[in-house]
Amino acid sequence: MSNSLLNYASITKKISMSIIGLFLAAFLLVHLTINLMLLLDDGGESFRAAAEFMGKNPVIKVFEIILFSAFIIHILLGIILWFQNNAARPIGYQRANITKTSLMSKYMIHTGIIIFIFLGLHFIHFYFVKIGLVSGLMGEDGHPDFYNSALELFKQPLYVIIYIVSFLALGFHLNHAIQSGFQSLGWEHSKYTPAVKAISTIYALVISVGFTIIPLFILIAGK
Amino acid sequence: MDLTLKIWRQANAQAKGKMVEYKVTGVSPDSSFFEMLDVLNQDLIEKGEDPVAFDHDCREGICGTCSLYINGRAHGPDSGVTTCQLHMRKFKDGDTIFIEPWRAKAFPIVKDLIVNRGAFDSIIQAGGYISVNTGGVPDANAIPIPKVNADAAMDAAACIGCGACVATCKNASAMLFVAAKVSQFANLPQGKIEAKRRVQNMVAEMDALGFGNCSNTYACEQECPKEISVSNIAKMNREFLSAKLCADVKDI
Repeated sequence: MSNSLLNYASITKKISMSIIGLFLAAFLLVHLTINLMLLLDDGGESFRAAAEFMGKNPVIKVFEIILFSAFIIHILLGIILWFQNNAARPIGYQRANITKTSLMSKYMIHTGIIIFIFLGLHFIHFYFVKIGLVSGLMGEDGHPDFYNSALELFKQPLYVIIYIVSFLALGFHLNHAIQSGFQSLGWEHSKYTPAVKAISTIYALVISVGFTIIPLFILIAGK
Repeated sequence: MDLTLKIWRQANAQAKGKMVEYKVTGVSPDSSFFEMLDVLNQDLIEKGEDPVAFDHDCREGICGTCSLYINGRAHGPDSGVTTCQLHMRKFKDGDTIFIEPWRAKAFPIVKDLIVNRGAFDSIIQAGGYISVNTGGVPDANAIPIPKVNADAAMDAAACIGCGACVATCKNASAMLFVAAKVSQFANLPQGKIEAKRRVQNMVAEMDALGFGNCSNTYACEQECPKEISVSNIAKMNREFLSAKLCADVKDI
């Protein structure tokens, strides 16, 4: 059996997709925790401290490489799977399929593309500024001031709309992704599967609502 | 009942097919879907036209020969039934019914609504069996099997290989079929001996035949006439993962 990436067994691809996807989903909670610090009324002190820790800690540096690789592999695998799946039915049906399935399970590539576009924007606004590729708002210490850049972005209604649409898409993506990831890993059990499905939905809600309330709060509170 | 049918007509595997409209009148709501098609075909034969080719054999829901993708659903608007068990009372007078063949790269069209499902046979040949090379018939109950395992194996073995899972899957994936066949044996001690080899070979064959990847939409479970559960897919994923990680390099 061939072991090149394109010829990986279908289940191996699904298992890789799951492990990486669940890892990315877990990272979102870390990111959300730091972002929620934007709402604290301390002039950005905790947010800056967290951002500095994330930027300087050597363990986090290694983690950053793993994270980027995970994103790239997850996206590439998603695209490969999508092309392979399309090729499996070269001639489609005249009448579209009306079988009942979970709401967003058929649209993972679409929600994925929305998240990918947002990720691009996010990189331009933050990561590329951090590594000096793009110029951004600088703080008094000569380092990029992500606290004020974030607040500035959240004052632009167009950005806030794009942001909310992206996080809605992420919520739908996660709702299917987490329980699907467990299924692909074979973690299915009559006792625990209902709980896994419930946790999947709750987690998706926490992430998408959690991120969404930040710009809404800033807009309403006029921070 | 008077109905308008839009049926996929294709002379042979190479020909370019198209949807053709037919009218059928005076159909009894108590007739089966195939009896309705028989009425149409009789009519076509009397007119000297080519009757619509469709697969059928037992007409009692156990052989897995019948197919048909009806109004956007494999085996039509009813659940847990094959097309031969579908009755015209599920439709309304004056309805337009779209009838199409299964669509998948691995299921090429033979004629009209008939597809070649030989790909499923190739998957079975790759490992969907238990080798019994010698000896007489063993005594019943000589090997103790927990009831729960026997039931799970029997539920998986209910698969009739009709291909509705492939037809309805947005990715034309054969995972539910292969999972049912893997799980049927993996639940029983007799099947454990070749389990690691079986799952790897059957999955490799499935992939080589050009079926899509599973994306857990669970449409297959909805349309399976035998209501095979997607928990079999999770079981196959477990079997595959443990075989890939733990099987001896010689055990392939």
